[in-house]
Amino acid sequence: MAVDFFQFFLNSLPDLLNGLGNTLILTFISITAGFFIGLTLALGRVYGNKIIKVFCIGYIEIIRGTPLLVQLFIIYFGLPSVGVVFSPMQAALLGLSINSGAYQAEYLRGSLQSIESGQMIAARSLGMNRRKSIQHIILPQALRISIPAWSNEFIYLLQYSSIAYIITVAELTAEGKFIAAPTFRYLEVFTIIAIIYLVITIISSEIFDRIAKHLSIPGIGAQERARPRLV
Amino acid sequence: MALLEVKDIYKSYGNAQILKGISFTMEKHETKVIIGPSGTGKSTLLRCINQLSPPDKGQVWLNGEEITNPKININKIREKIGFVFQDFNLFSHMTALRNVSIGLEKVKKIEKEEASERAMDELRKVGLEIQANQYPGQLSGGQKQRVGIARALAMDPDIILFDEPTSALDPELIGGVLDVMRSLCGKVAMLVVTHEMGFARNVANEIIFMEGGVIVEKGPPKEMFIHAKMTRTREFLGRIGTLYGEEEKGG
Amino acid sequence: MGFAIAIALSMGLIGLVNTLVLTALGILLGTVLGILLAVGRSYGKKPLSLFILIYEKVLRGIPLLVIFFLIYFGLPQIGINLNAITSAILGLGLRSAAYQSQIFRGAINSIPKGQIDAAYSMGMSKLKSVQHIILPQVLRLSIPGWSNEFTILLKDTSIAFTIGVIDLMRQARYIQVREPNLVLVIYLLIAFIYLVFVLSANKGLYYLEKKYQMVGYKTEAHR
Repeated sequence: MAVDFFQFFLNSLPDLLNGLGNTLILTFISITAGFFIGLTLALGRVYGNKIIKVFCIGYIEIIRGTPLLVQLFIIYFGLPSVGVVFSPMQAALLGLSINSGAYQAEYLRGSLQSIESGQMIAARSLGMNRRKSIQHIILPQALRISIPAWSNEFIYLLQYSSIAYIITVAELTAEGKFIAAPTFRYLEVFTIIAIIYLVITIISSEIFDRIAKHLSIPGIGAQERARPRLV
Repeated sequence: MALLEVKDIYKSYGNAQILKGISFTMEKHETKVIIGPSGTGKSTLLRCINQLSPPDKGQVWLNGEEITNPKININKIREKIGFVFQDFNLFSHMTALRNVSIGLEKVKKIEKEEASERAMDELRKVGLEIQANQYPGQLSGGQKQRVGIARALAMDPDIILFDEPTSALDPELIGGVLDVMRSLCGKVAMLVVTHEMGFARNVANEIIFMEGGVIVEKGPPKEMFIHAKMTRTREFLGRIGTLYGEEEKGG
Repeated sequence: MGFAIAIALSMGLIGLVNTLVLTALGILLGTVLGILLAVGRSYGKKPLSLFILIYEKVLRGIPLLVIFFLIYFGLPQIGINLNAITSAILGLGLRSAAYQSQIFRGAINSIPKGQIDAAYSMGMSKLKSVQHIILPQVLRLSIPGWSNEFTILLKDTSIAFTIGVIDLMRQARYIQVREPNLVLVIYLLIAFIYLVFVLSANKGLYYLEKKYQMVGYKTEAHR
């Protein structure tokens, strides 16, 4: 029985790896794109003028106030009716990035605001203009403080990438269903998949922890959030 | 029969032996003050007495009952021992009044109305009836401590243990708390750990000097302050006396 | 067209109700279990504490979708057959509990230990001190984190449609199939409905947070 199971596992391996690959692509690209979107939004929210602030807040509130699934459906099913068509993978990447951007904006905003105003004043009194102060004094500190939040964000994206299955992206969970359906071995297949997700989660947490320690400046605390995300 | 008998208490934390054989007794309505350098186990001793941290060896007797015996109902015993903490430890989600009445209500099982009335009386005694409906977060340190004392008094204990009651207070607030404590002398037995030498000198029946986990010397204030037998005692009191200044004579 | 909308609206009602049912029961399961887990981990013995730690790590490390599949498709293999809604509630609740446990534990840890000493010193038993001193404060301190968790769960219910629950999303799919040209409108509408839920929940819970805030005791503002 065990041999039979092992054989089954080996047969499924190529498909699982393919799915895993797509999952990781979704995760890495979305978190990166999300970072740039989030940084822009956060800076806009903290330093922008009234109009920019309103736009940023609006974006953040709407994206955080609606389910990721709905956002993906709007992009994948809704947009074609106005002539904009995306492939499943493109739609998923777009949706996850936009979504992640809103959440990262909040982490980054929190980090930016937790850098005490004295730092900005000191920078300005040295003659740095606003942009330079932000770039050289505020951001380096804010980014460091955000590392634990990114660790969380990575894990969330890793898990929510599974939703891309619903719009037919062949990521890990989709492959799982594909393998399990004809054989009805859902329990075995999805236990393996669960373990894969778990292992990656643990490894990435470890890596982020190491990075945080490596980059930590004595005396500056890391931001602790239990579960900041409002997906 | 003495009110409180402490016999040969030993207590260690990890590898450090904090208390190395402490013994003394207390009678009803007596006031005893424990002094000594920080970290010599004074607070630990108090916590051993009300069993918050049970001693490793030794016994404590209250009203003839051995309270270090694991078989007794320690909760019932604790109703008779009041405890006032250095950090006040008021319940943050309750008003001053409720802080004082909660013990009466839930431990002594007194009716809510009566409990509130009695609590109000206690608050009046410590001069805080106006603050009855305020929360700890709104009170000053001195006020918090006075609520703490009222809370301990409300349970009508035979003895109150004070663990450095004024050490966490701003200098100007210390006086108020000491006044309240002075008013209790002779009405209830008090075992006070403190650095307030003026208080010790003026109201204590006996002063116990502890260092290194043992009692170095003990005696009435006059003896201890003026001609203590042990050199170490004289050294300690001399230094502290200079630091805290002399209180008026005739106390 | 008008007829289609009428049908859409009446069907939509079922979806709406189911979404609310999923949210309510899911968060209920998550909260009750979450409190038990938090207490178990804070006060329990080593083996229990370890077991709970593993539970938390596992439930937080797997996608909700995978949990749904394991429960709905996997359990029948060992003889446990649950219908779609029960599976969804179970999945949502078990996962939420893992997160809520963290929230409650954080609250428990932020109550100064001295207050427990004070409770014991006046003769309160362990049970009484948990009941009157610890629990009331834990509940108040947990409100911000809990509100967060509530809105997350509300949005996660959308995933339940993948195992056949007839919630808002599934209703939307039915309509999409019938009236392809209304697709964008439908999903924007659904998004709007969720948004309204989330924003009102946030407002309501924020009001609750302010109301029960312990005076002078700073709680973390999550907005």
